[in-house]
Amino acid sequence: MLKSSLNRTFKKADSRRYRPIADTIIKVTLPRFSPDQDPGPNFLALVDDTGVKEIVRGTLIDDLPHGTTCVALKFDEGVILAGDRRATSGHQISHRTMEKVFPADHYSGIAIAGAAGPALDMVRLFQLQLEHYEKVEGKSLSLDGKANQLSQMIRQNLPQAMQGLAVIPLFAGFDLRLGTGRLFQFDVTGGRYEEAIFAATGSGSVHATTVIKMAYEEQLGESAAIDLVANAIFEAADEDSATGGPDLIRDVYPIIAKITSDGYEAISNEDVSSAFNSIIDDRRSKVSRGE
Amino acid sequence: MSMPFYVAPEQLMEDRADYARKGIARGRSLIGLTYDQGILIVAENASNTLRKVSEIYDRIAFAGVGKYNEFDQLRIAGVRHADLKGYSFSREDVDARSLANQYAQMLGQIFTHEMKPMEVEILVAEIGQTGDEPSGQLFHILYDGTVKDHSDFAVLGGDAEVIFERFQEDYQEGLTLSTAVEIAINALSGPDRTLEPDDLEVAELSHSNGRRAFRRIEGEELLGHMPS
Repeated sequence: MLKSSLNRTFKKADSRRYRPIADTIIKVTLPRFSPDQDPGPNFLALVDDTGVKEIVRGTLIDDLPHGTTCVALKFDEGVILAGDRRATSGHQISHRTMEKVFPADHYSGIAIAGAAGPALDMVRLFQLQLEHYEKVEGKSLSLDGKANQLSQMIRQNLPQAMQGLAVIPLFAGFDLRLGTGRLFQFDVTGGRYEEAIFAATGSGSVHATTVIKMAYEEQLGESAAIDLVANAIFEAADEDSATGGPDLIRDVYPIIAKITSDGYEAISNEDVSSAFNSIIDDRRSKVSRGE
Repeated sequence: MSMPFYVAPEQLMEDRADYARKGIARGRSLIGLTYDQGILIVAENASNTLRKVSEIYDRIAFAGVGKYNEFDQLRIAGVRHADLKGYSFSREDVDARSLANQYAQMLGQIFTHEMKPMEVEILVAEIGQTGDEPSGQLFHILYDGTVKDHSDFAVLGGDAEVIFERFQEDYQEGLTLSTAVEIAINALSGPDRTLEPDDLEVAELSHSNGRRAFRRIEGEELLGHMPS
């Protein structure tokens, strides 16, 4: 089953072609398959078979909105995911309130960097794939299974990535079997790399990584971990023009979420804003002391 | 040249219906009902792994009686229909009425055109959009594609008529979860038997569970609702 669906994935990649829009609208019927054609719990294969999603080839498009700095960090209860809110098109800021951190299912989350349109679509498909599997099979995928699914989706996006529409997410979750938080980063070919402590993606990731590297300690508590990722995003925004920092005028702050044995939970706006405001106070006093 | 036997259409349909009914009567029954927080489905099911009641979509649940492999095939088709529809349009566009009609078409088609009718009865249950009064809609679909809709309760399975009589006496609108579970179990078991939590599969659709309204009631929680 697995082997045949993999073969089909690769075959499809070669036969992708433009279809008129009317063809891509699904027939709203009960899909039935013969046993050897059945896509099983795989929503991606189902979408592929029914022709809802068709990938269109084209030339390089380089001024689409791009997503930017995202960080994942382990702490004593699980994993923290954080991402800034800015989307840029070339040198323009195209969106100030974009969300780049999403729950993937109850026990995992995904943070995205790259071309905004394909990235959001990938998140939506990924969320659906996990839910679809859970409903069809009656139980959730393992955390490794989820990470592997995402890696295949990134691999499928490679032709578009070559045209400038790369999507490079972070995936983090709580592994119920091992009883611990885990995090993964990816490359554009779908390479999946599990990280022990932290991971970052996007144009500001270099700066964010340095901040975490300098200050990380084993078994950070929740508030210390939130402060550390807030610092990482703050410094990335300070150095990288495509990463947005805290927007005090519009009261828009980066999104921070935690994933623990209780599941995915977004940190409240009050807690996030107080973390950023204390960073601002700290930097302001350093500047006034001339440091 | 041999002549094919002539069978009157009435006889043919009657035979098929009998066949399907016999298959369904071999299995255990289930009850779907609306209570004050949403919809409750209580099924008699000795297995803890082969499910009769399951989730289709955010506000939609599925339950089947009869031949397991046949209603499970219908369940998976329903999940696929709902997820594809939600993906191409919007989550709120996925509704039980259209799904029930699709099931009816499919079952009707199989009943008249294929060798063997499906030996199943299914229930498609849906609670209203968030913010509405907690209203529920139950679609009961038979092996031949007949659809019945109920806003109070539906009984499916071999002993449906007897259970219906028993349940009707106790049922009223606006039941609490605990009473609803209790009277449904009493109606399923009848006066001569007692059902244990292991013989039951209970699930609810309620807005209190968030976007995905489906939740199984099992273990300690179910034990707390058992009739004394």
